[in-house]
Amino acid sequence: MGARHSLDARRLLCPMPVIRVQQRVAELSPGDVLEVWCTDPGTRNDIPAWCRVNGHRMLEVRDEDDDIVLTLEVGDDGGGARNDG
Amino acid sequence: MSSWVHATWSHEDATEPAWTRALDDDSNLMLTPMHTSESHATATVPRSRRRAVALISGGLDSMLAARVIIEQGVEVQGLNFFTGFCVEGHTHAIRNKDRNRPKRNNALWVAEQLGIKLHFVDVVEEYKQIVINPRHGYGANLNPCLDCKTFMVGKAFAWMQQHGFDFVITGEVVGQRPKSQRKDTMPVVARESGAHDRLLRPLCAKRLPETLPEREGWVSREALHDFHGRSRKPQMALAERFGFSEYAQPAGGCCFLTNRQYTVKLKDLWQSRGRRDYELDDIMLLKVGRHLRPRPHFKLIIAREDGENRFLSGYRRAFTHLQPVSHGGPLTLVDGEVGEDDLVLAARLTARYSQGRDAEFVDVEAVTGDGTPRRLRVAPFPADQIPEAWHV
Repeated sequence: MGARHSLDARRLLCPMPVIRVQQRVAELSPGDVLEVWCTDPGTRNDIPAWCRVNGHRMLEVRDEDDDIVLTLEVGDDGGGARNDG
Repeated sequence: MSSWVHATWSHEDATEPAWTRALDDDSNLMLTPMHTSESHATATVPRSRRRAVALISGGLDSMLAARVIIEQGVEVQGLNFFTGFCVEGHTHAIRNKDRNRPKRNNALWVAEQLGIKLHFVDVVEEYKQIVINPRHGYGANLNPCLDCKTFMVGKAFAWMQQHGFDFVITGEVVGQRPKSQRKDTMPVVARESGAHDRLLRPLCAKRLPETLPEREGWVSREALHDFHGRSRKPQMALAERFGFSEYAQPAGGCCFLTNRQYTVKLKDLWQSRGRRDYELDDIMLLKVGRHLRPRPHFKLIIAREDGENRFLSGYRRAFTHLQPVSHGGPLTLVDGEVGEDDLVLAARLTARYSQGRDAEFVDVEAVTGDGTPRRLRVAPFPADQIPEAWHV
């Protein structure tokens, strides 16, 4: 497992949290772990869907008081656009 | 011995040299500058499938367009542009009445159905110029559809070049939209976006001039479609053929700028500020609450239910705000500078929409710029005395 990172996407409404995740993941390496803090309930669906679509792995979705914390692992392609598979 | 399949890289693309493309026996792509003869050196790069970038709105048409091209063996990845005016996503999360609606992002859902990657592009800042000063004007409301489509195709074309893709596809259909999808305006989009013949509209391609992907055999024109007009029947039939039993809103229904009530609020915002400009928070707040402008220099944004109360509470620190404390009631944001009389009027209007609307007095807590709360005891404003003109 790679380095751990955190992203505050609280008070943002979808799709902004997903866009922030996409921007952050683009800077990370395969295997890095990103913990995303959100308040929009839509992120429970959107961030896991974004991970599935773009080849990243959702590790955990949990509640922390009023926040939703989603933890993902960056996939083998990183955050780029290549997909020759 | 190579089995040559010659293809010509677009002559209209000034950013790239003119190349001939060919496949050798190992399916490697061979690029040769056009001005050289075949006896000159040839650059060989690894060959992969042709690659198209698709504008994915989350609606049916772009989903079908992408699927048609995937079916032809082309690798497709999707782009979704966030302008700030998108209907879905934000609005679903705010109001209680929408709590039971699926909170999925339709573009992501479509990408998942298609099995393609999807990239979001935040264009909020750049998009302002499209909204504020559209070269081709507005539609029925403040919808700059032709400029918008041109802008998005142009962004997709730039992304295509940056990421080594071959062409751009959209779900446009000739005659479907009154402004951006007409026979005479669709070439405008291709030309002004810079995509030219690298823009392919799979659902109506047979009604349009041949594009580069068709000429070069990257896709078969025969397997493309000739849809036209506002009927949705051909799309429904194609969806059924592909086994898509579920899909989102009809094409074009995903932008607040086509909504008359929303555009009235945006015009009011511009008029009150004396300039045509906005920030993301401004256009988000136009989607939420009851908007009243009792005086030219300030507007009230009054929550209509708990979901909106929660949403507006995130903006409390940026605004003078009020909320009843003696009765249940809405959070109200005050957009503008207010004096003492204005604050009392705002408190009375807030009380009118509270559970104490019929009470003699309602206590309202007001927090102004310095953050200090103060309590106002006010008589609720009579509902029948609120002038219609105050409602934005």
